[in-house]
Amino acid sequence: MGLWLSLIVLLPLAALAVTSTTKGWSGFLDAVTAPAALSALGVTVGLALLVAVANVIMGTLLAWVLVRDDFPGKGVADALIDLPFALPTIVASVVLLSLYGPDSPVGVHLNATRPGVMLALAFVTLPFVVRAVQPVLKEADVAAEEAAASLGAGNFTIARRVVVPMLAPAIVSGAGLAFARAIGEYGSVVLIGGNIPRHTQLASQYIQQQIEVDRPVNAAAVSVLLLLIAVLSLLVLRLATARLLRRGAEQ
Amino acid sequence: MNPSTRSRWSLRIVALGYLAVLVAVPVLMIVWRTFQHGLGGFVQSISTPAAVSATRLSLLILAIVVPLNIVFGVVTALVLVRTTVPGRGLIQAAVDLPFAISPVVIGVSLILLWGVDGWFGLFPRHNIPVVFAFPGMVLATLFVTLPFVVREVEPVLRELGTEQEQAAATLGATNWQSFWRITLPGLRWGLTYGVILTLARALGEFGAVIMVSSGIAGRSQTLTLLVNSRYTDAHNLPGTYAASTLLMGIALIALVLMTLINRKGAAQ
Repeated sequence: MGLWLSLIVLLPLAALAVTSTTKGWSGFLDAVTAPAALSALGVTVGLALLVAVANVIMGTLLAWVLVRDDFPGKGVADALIDLPFALPTIVASVVLLSLYGPDSPVGVHLNATRPGVMLALAFVTLPFVVRAVQPVLKEADVAAEEAAASLGAGNFTIARRVVVPMLAPAIVSGAGLAFARAIGEYGSVVLIGGNIPRHTQLASQYIQQQIEVDRPVNAAAVSVLLLLIAVLSLLVLRLATARLLRRGAEQ
Repeated sequence: MNPSTRSRWSLRIVALGYLAVLVAVPVLMIVWRTFQHGLGGFVQSISTPAAVSATRLSLLILAIVVPLNIVFGVVTALVLVRTTVPGRGLIQAAVDLPFAISPVVIGVSLILLWGVDGWFGLFPRHNIPVVFAFPGMVLATLFVTLPFVVREVEPVLRELGTEQEQAAATLGATNWQSFWRITLPGLRWGLTYGVILTLARALGEFGAVIMVSSGIAGRSQTLTLLVNSRYTDAHNLPGTYAASTLLMGIALIALVLMTLINRKGAAQ
């Protein structure tokens, strides 16, 4: 079993790490600080952060509506949330292009623009926050909210002082997963993003390009950095969630 | 929190509007575009020689990846739950690793390991190509699907406990017998769920596979690569929509099966 795990996952990653430093530490730094690499990384992290924020707001709202509200077709809406995970990423690209691409029937053309990339990233990360918040909201004791209301708190105050703190760990954890997914995303942006260097080119597309022009060391270095950002953000996320949970328990 | 009817309506409209603009309308759009000229065009598009060979290749990869993942997944879950080997935390982390890695990075690391200049470069140097050939595509798919069976079987195994196995042992069953007659049947729903996730991901994987494929139509294209090349190289929009709808149909079937299994699990 250990052998299998090494052969499939660990050895390729070891080869990646070793290759990234074959030209020494300075070679690694040169590769990741090349202007095109830096801008691809900047665009990736920037757009992924924006998408994570969008997920915090819309994901929480969607979870709230799906748990606390009631309307015909709620089951369908709930099932739709899982679709982005089930759909192949390249199909996500085609699906979005058919509505927001060059022959858009509604006249919205987002191909090869940053909003287009964000749309694709928002599509593939949609389930993370919704599915993290939903169970917490379902389990939640409405007594605290009712108590606050009977003490005269308005809806906004209840949302800010009771509901959001209760949901915070789930929201943060969902948003972190969405961010980690977004920074590595490739398939869903490959057709809609346009791959324009310094504008819509993401880190994954830059890496792919470096392999194509036969610069494996550059590709490996940026890959390692991307991987480190993902692992680091997941680590920070775990600590942040644990802290929020502790604070919640103390109260 | 008990918002007024008006704010309840506005929250509902904003949330559902987002879902519609992002998911529902684009998905309906592509279904409509696929079938707007009837079923004939769709059937024709998914039965061209390139499409048939892509379907065959995708199925062949599944036929290799799924059994390997079942064996590895069950064994790993057994090790993680039932033994106290040191370094179980590390195994856990390594199993989850594929979830955190970009598909393109996975492709690059396979190229660097199995390529001509890689550590295992002696295979391609002796005319056994791995990357930019079929074995590379299998390796890429194995990498991305590795966590699913382990992650689904592990909690079920924990829940299952060892009481029944101990009872079987006192009645004289060998370890092998109790594994086949008690442990494995107990795992069936978790295992099925993991297999469906594996199937869906293996069929839908794009980034990692395109990195290590030579991408020749009719030979080394899977269904997702076919979608990409029909759009980018051939500008064949009806063909792109048809192949996408086919993949979407399979994804929907997977979703329905998962929901059914979840209900079954909840009912038990």
